[in-house]
Amino acid sequence: MPTTMRINGKAFQSSSAPNARLLDVLRNECDLKGTKEGCGEGECGACAVLVNGKLVNSCLVPLGQMEQAEITTVEGLPEDSALARAFVQCGATQCGICTPGMMLAATALLMEHANPTLEEIRWGLSGNLCRCTGYGRIYAAIAQAAGGSADV
Amino acid sequence: MSLTLVKQRTDQQTASPRRVDGVAKIRGTALYVDDLPCADVLHGATVRTTEAGGTLQEVVFDPAIDWSEFVVVTARDIPGMNAVKLLENDQVVLVDRAFRHAGEAVVLLAHADPEKLRMALNGVSLVELPNTAPIFDIDAALAAQHEIIPGNIYTDYLLDRGDVAEGEHLADVVIEERFLTPSQEQLYIEPQGMLAHLQKDGSILVEGSMQCPYYVLDALVQCMGMDKDHLRVVQSTTGGAFGGKEDYPSVIACHAALLALKAGGRSVKLVYERGEDLRVTPKRHPSRTLIRLGANKAGELQFIDMDFAIDGGAYRTLSPVVLSRGVIHAPGPYKCPHIRVRGRAVATNHPPFGAFRGFGAPQSIFAMEVAMDRLARKLAMDPAELRRINLLRTGDVNPTGDVVGADCFAHAALDVALEHTHYYHRLAEYRAWNAAGHQTRKGIGLATFVHGAGFTGNGELHLASRVSLQALANGHVEILCSNTEMGQGAATTLVQIAADALGLPMDRVHLAQTDTSRVPNSGPTVASRTCMVVGDLIQKAAGQLLQRLRETAALAVSHDAQSFAAACTRLCAAAGDALVTAQYQPPADMRWDEQAFLGRAYASYAWAAYIAEVEVDVLTLATRVLDFTAVQEIGNAVHPVIVQGQIEGGVAQGIGYALYEDVLWNERGVMANDRLTNYIIPTSADLGFIHVVLLEGGLGAGPKGAKGVGELPMDGPAPAIVNAIQQALDIDIRQIPVRPEMLLELTVSGGN
Repeated sequence: MPTTMRINGKAFQSSSAPNARLLDVLRNECDLKGTKEGCGEGECGACAVLVNGKLVNSCLVPLGQMEQAEITTVEGLPEDSALARAFVQCGATQCGICTPGMMLAATALLMEHANPTLEEIRWGLSGNLCRCTGYGRIYAAIAQAAGGSADV
Repeated sequence: MSLTLVKQRTDQQTASPRRVDGVAKIRGTALYVDDLPCADVLHGATVRTTEAGGTLQEVVFDPAIDWSEFVVVTARDIPGMNAVKLLENDQVVLVDRAFRHAGEAVVLLAHADPEKLRMALNGVSLVELPNTAPIFDIDAALAAQHEIIPGNIYTDYLLDRGDVAEGEHLADVVIEERFLTPSQEQLYIEPQGMLAHLQKDGSILVEGSMQCPYYVLDALVQCMGMDKDHLRVVQSTTGGAFGGKEDYPSVIACHAALLALKAGGRSVKLVYERGEDLRVTPKRHPSRTLIRLGANKAGELQFIDMDFAIDGGAYRTLSPVVLSRGVIHAPGPYKCPHIRVRGRAVATNHPPFGAFRGFGAPQSIFAMEVAMDRLARKLAMDPAELRRINLLRTGDVNPTGDVVGADCFAHAALDVALEHTHYYHRLAEYRAWNAAGHQTRKGIGLATFVHGAGFTGNGELHLASRVSLQALANGHVEILCSNTEMGQGAATTLVQIAADALGLPMDRVHLAQTDTSRVPNSGPTVASRTCMVVGDLIQKAAGQLLQRLRETAALAVSHDAQSFAAACTRLCAAAGDALVTAQYQPPADMRWDEQAFLGRAYASYAWAAYIAEVEVDVLTLATRVLDFTAVQEIGNAVHPVIVQGQIEGGVAQGIGYALYEDVLWNERGVMANDRLTNYIIPTSADLGFIHVVLLEGGLGAGPKGAKGVGELPMDGPAPAIVNAIQQALDIDIRQIPVRPEMLLELTVSGGN
């Protein structure tokens, strides 16, 4: 039975097996290559997407659970936003492989805390591994996007 | 000599323009190897040895599988030489008979359906006659009961200055220690991978994740038996590397190309899953250091005597070069008349170890800097004071016998670090805290060190790097070089250097894709050399281009983007050559004897003092780095935000090295914790504050006095953190990572 969901605001129907990974459906069926595979076991967060507004690792999500789900990938985020601008300005991306997941983690965080404390930012990103930045410039970008000081 | 603190520079905003690769990465449109569009692609997989060396007797293909559906490649299909092109041709591309470690590639398979491929992998069995006495330990290898290669030594170096026996006579206090450092995984978040295409004209194109396109090209030439004109290597967006994508991409590229050659025109994608990447690709060399230091009562070092050995694994690969850097950096930034460092890279049955940020220096610096604290304690001297007494000054002779010039900021870095952290105040505060019997103990520890940028000694001379600039008729300029953006910011920094030198806005300058059919060989993207060495070449090429435009296209001495474009239009219309090339020339005073380790080892050294403040929970013995302060003099911060990100990221990797990251081995010498669930790197929740202080002395060999910084931040964190923990708990630590289990043993057995 096909699975029907909304991906980045558009209806999408997949006829893959219910145990197919959401990650593979997004990458291979929808050609949404912004969602990355880093570890395949839910540890790194490179494949993070929003499902009904919640941050999840799409490598761990079976398609069968996605019936009627609202899914947002990095391609579904606004092209120009305070967050996107801050990420570029603050040097929050280096190699970039974790960045789509970080953008979604940051989006989820800002939905929950419009003005997050540094501690809230750190915990909000703790499911997303970045090996390049040491996270400092990412904190700065999120703080700036939330209207605070980037001097962290 | 003036020293500038970067934060005080008024132009910091303009000095840090937006990253040129930023928007594509943030929107998720940057294409990594696994994202490259490719119709009708076959997926590749690798069948590997399982024993820790031995001989391959037979390869058995399960008759229940229809193998005609698969592309199957073995050693017999290699058209060229069955050897991975590196320093020595000792490592095979595919095992034919003899092998030295578990995880060596034997059979390559490709199929359109990844599921069928996975099942077919289990349908190939290898009959292996195992090596009965594999070696996994450095000292066992040196004892050489069983030989992998003669004496089990790839390289044996000796740095010998003065006379250690004489130093022993002069020393009032001597300490002796044995230190161990583990392997460490680079853990770039994008696993390794390549995509190979056989073109209609019989040539082969390989695209993928890599640091060094020309290394890959050279490896393909040798393995495929084809000339360079029929091979093309293109770097795709690379999701982190840190040295891990220096040599191994050559292996994967050869495998993918061999499969593509037999795939009847269909492209072959060979992308590793995380577990395979962790098990087979090179990591940081484990090390064992025996060290003796002697000082007089005043604390002046009288001798440094080190026996530094690294595990090179089963093949030579890059070990001699890693060892050389480790040996040169071992004695640190100190003045000492009698120094002996013996360095050996030994053969074991582990998969070969390779490049990882710092390249041998973090291992030897760890031993030296922890030993310095040991010496300070025996002298009843403050560790900062001991360093102050011994740090090099202009006019001193450094450990490789070179007279230190004006570019010496060891004391400045230490002074700024002590002041910035309120070191002495904190020291007293933490002592009081510890004496008060709280649930935690606190400590503050430091490490002072230098890191040389660029290839060691005559390496840059041998590389003879070339960089070209191409002026286009519309007034834009393209940079042609083989150096890769892998996250470190090279794409932005190099464009910035070129734009600055050409007097153009950055949007007029573009970095060409690293495609060996277009770009000259400007050397590998390693050794903190890109900004300093290649940046300098870009600056020189820019000077040549301006001169040509002035001489042949009437460009005014003072120009703007518009008049520059007009001159480019005239040059191109007149069919004038709009391409200029600059080639590396060594500095006049660059003399290096690579046998004796004597002379100027590096064109520039960056100077640093790192301070860690830690808190250890008395109950759980978990350590947390509360604050980390990294002070470094780097000549000129071309792009302060990128430099800050580099330092913070390197410090985070160093904190991982000190506290969490440990490669565990199974009985066949393969990484046992081959998952992100059990190989632990720091998350945002684990890291405390990382303060970066950049000092600019302006005397480095790069653009406007810049020095390489990429590897530097890896050197200092582990010893600074260990020194802080030792102080907090009043114990002696001899190895990393410092996990609670180890602290439990140490605190139960000896300390408090």
